[in-house]
Amino acid sequence: MISLDLLANAVVAGILLGGFYAAVTVGITISFGMLDIANIAQPAFILLGSYTAYIVNSSLHLDPILIGVVMLPVFYLLGMAVYRLYYHAFESRGEQAIQGLAFFFGLLFVGEVSLILIFGVDYRFVEAPYIGPSLRFGIFDLPYRMLIPFIVSLAMIGGLQLYLTRSFIGRAILAVSQDALALQLMAASPTRIKQIAFGISVATCALAGTFLIIIQPVEPSIGRDYIGRIFAICVLGGMTSIPGMVAAAILIGVVESITATFYGPSWAPAVAFGFLLITLAVRPAGLAGR
Amino acid sequence: MRNATFWLLAGAVGLAVVLLTRVFFTNEYFFFAAYVVLQYIVLSTAWNILGGYTGYTNFGTGAFFAMGAYSSAVLHKLPDLLQSTFDLTIPAIPLPVMIVVGGIVSGIVGLGTGYLTLRLRGVFFAIATLALAIVVQTLIVNWDYVGGSRGIYIIRPANAPLGGGYIQYLYTLMMVLSVVAVGIARTIERSRLGLGFAAIRDDELAAEAAGVPTLRLKLIATTLSGALMGMAGAPLPYYVTYLDPTSSFNLAYAVNSVAMPVIGGMTSWIGPVLGAILLGTIQQLATVTISSALNLLIVGLLLIGFVIIAPNGIIGLVRARQRKRAMAVEALSERPVERPAQ
Repeated sequence: MISLDLLANAVVAGILLGGFYAAVTVGITISFGMLDIANIAQPAFILLGSYTAYIVNSSLHLDPILIGVVMLPVFYLLGMAVYRLYYHAFESRGEQAIQGLAFFFGLLFVGEVSLILIFGVDYRFVEAPYIGPSLRFGIFDLPYRMLIPFIVSLAMIGGLQLYLTRSFIGRAILAVSQDALALQLMAASPTRIKQIAFGISVATCALAGTFLIIIQPVEPSIGRDYIGRIFAICVLGGMTSIPGMVAAAILIGVVESITATFYGPSWAPAVAFGFLLITLAVRPAGLAGR
Repeated sequence: MRNATFWLLAGAVGLAVVLLTRVFFTNEYFFFAAYVVLQYIVLSTAWNILGGYTGYTNFGTGAFFAMGAYSSAVLHKLPDLLQSTFDLTIPAIPLPVMIVVGGIVSGIVGLGTGYLTLRLRGVFFAIATLALAIVVQTLIVNWDYVGGSRGIYIIRPANAPLGGGYIQYLYTLMMVLSVVAVGIARTIERSRLGLGFAAIRDDELAAEAAGVPTLRLKLIATTLSGALMGMAGAPLPYYVTYLDPTSSFNLAYAVNSVAMPVIGGMTSWIGPVLGAILLGTIQQLATVTISSALNLLIVGLLLIGFVIIAPNGIIGLVRARQRKRAMAVEALSERPVERPAQ
C-alpha cells in the first residue's frame, strides 16, 4: 500500500526539482534548440557557476543567489568568447558536426579535470540562512533550499521568455533559429545574433550553478549526470519551445522524485535517460513539437 | 596492398613485437603499460569505424567497454553459481571465450542503440550514446550479483597459458585483438562497405538518394564498433583484479577514444593507431612522472587544440605537406606529376 502522504510529498518535491531542472536546461534550449550548437560542455559552465558561488560565499559570506546574479554579465562575456572561438574554428569553415562536438566534449573534460586539480574531489557547499529549514504547509514539507531556487528559476525563465518574444534582439534570436539566410537578407548579421544568444545561454549557467550548489553539495564530476538530463528535457520539450521545456523539466522532476522515493535514489539517474531514449525513438519532435 | 597481404603483415608485426618484448623486457610494469596502449589501439580503431568512416560521434565508449568487462565478471562467477544452485560442475571459462561473449553483448547493445537513434540527425545519436553510458552504469550499480556499487574482486587463475606471467598473457591477447581490429578497419576501408560509409559521411541524403542502404550500413558500423569495444573491455577484470562501476565507466575511455582518432586522423586506419600509440604512451609516461589527473588534462587540451588547428589530424598534416611538395615539383618541372595516392 502506497502512502498517499508520501506520494503527494514526492510529487511536490518533484515539481520543485523540475523548476531547478528548467533553469539548468534553458541555456541548452537556446544554444542547441535555437542555434543548433550542441554545447555538451554546458554542465562544465554550470559547475563553474557553482564553484564561483562557493569561492565568493566562503570568503565574503555573500548570499549565493546574489552572487549568481552578479556573475551573469561575466558568464555572458565568457559565452560570447566561446562562441567566437567556435565560429572561427568550425562554423565559418562549415565543419560543425563531428569536430564541433569533439571541441565541446574536450571543453567539458578539461573543465572537469581543472576543477579536480584546483579543488580536489571533496564535496563543496555554500552557506545561506535558507539552507536547512523548511516550510510546513499542511501535509507538505517544502524545504527552502528547493523552494527558493524554484521561484528564482521560474522568474529567470519568465524574464527570458518575455525577452525572446517581445524585444527586438530576442525576436531576432527566434528568427535566426528559423531561417538564418532570411535574416541576412533583412540586413541583420546571424553571427552577431548567435553570439548574443550563446552568451545568454552561458549566462544562465551562473544562476543555474548557484541553484545546484544551494540544493546539494557539489563535486567536479557531478556535472556529467546533467548532460543526459538536460538534453532529455530539451528534446522532450520540443527543442525550441521554452514553455514546453518547463513542462518537460517538471515531468522529469516528478518522475525522478517518485522513483527515488519508492525505488531508491540509485535508480533516479536512469529515469531521464530512459525518457530520452524512448523520446528519440518514438517521438523525436518532443511533447510540444510541431 | 591486397587485404590478405595486409592481414599477414599485421599479424607478423604483432607476433614479432610480442616475441621481442617478451624476450627483452623482464620488468612486469612494461607489460602493464603496454597493455593499456594496445587497449587504446583497439578502442580508438573501433570508435573510428563508426566515428571516422560514417561520421557519427559515439561518446559512450565507456558503456560498451564496461559491458564487455562486466560480461566477463558474470562469466567468471558462473561456474560457482551453477555449482551452488544446480549442483552442476563446469570448468572455469577461458578468457578468449569471455572476449567473444563480451563482443557479442556489446555488439547487440550497439545494434539496439543504433536502431533507436540512427534515423535521427547525427547530434542526437551522440547525445543518446552519452545517455546510454549513464543508463548502463545505473543498471550495473543496482545489480548485486556483480557487486553493485561496491565492485567485485576477480581472482586471476594461478597459471597463465602460453608461458610467462598472467600479465604477459593478457598483453599477448590484447595484441591479437589489436591486429584483428586494425585488420577489420583496413578491410572495411578498401571494400564496398567502406565506400558506402564514406558516402554517408560526406552527404547522407545524397547517399540515400543514390541507393546506398544508409540505415543498414550504419547499423553494421555501430554493431561492429560496439563489439570491438566490448572485446577490448572483456579482459579488464583480470587486468585490474577489482572491477567497480566508477572506474570501469570512466569518462577517460570516452575522451581518449575520441581524442586518439581526431589527433591521428579519422579517414584512415593508420590514424587511430598513430593517435593511440602517441597519446597512450604520453599518458603512461605522464602518469609515472607527473600525475594522473594532469595527464587527462593534457589529453583534453590536445583534443581541443587539434580539432581547432588541424581538424584532419596528423595524417591530414602529412598529406597537406605531400600535396604541397608535389605541387612545387610540378611547378619546377612544368609538367604534370602523378599526385600521391590518397
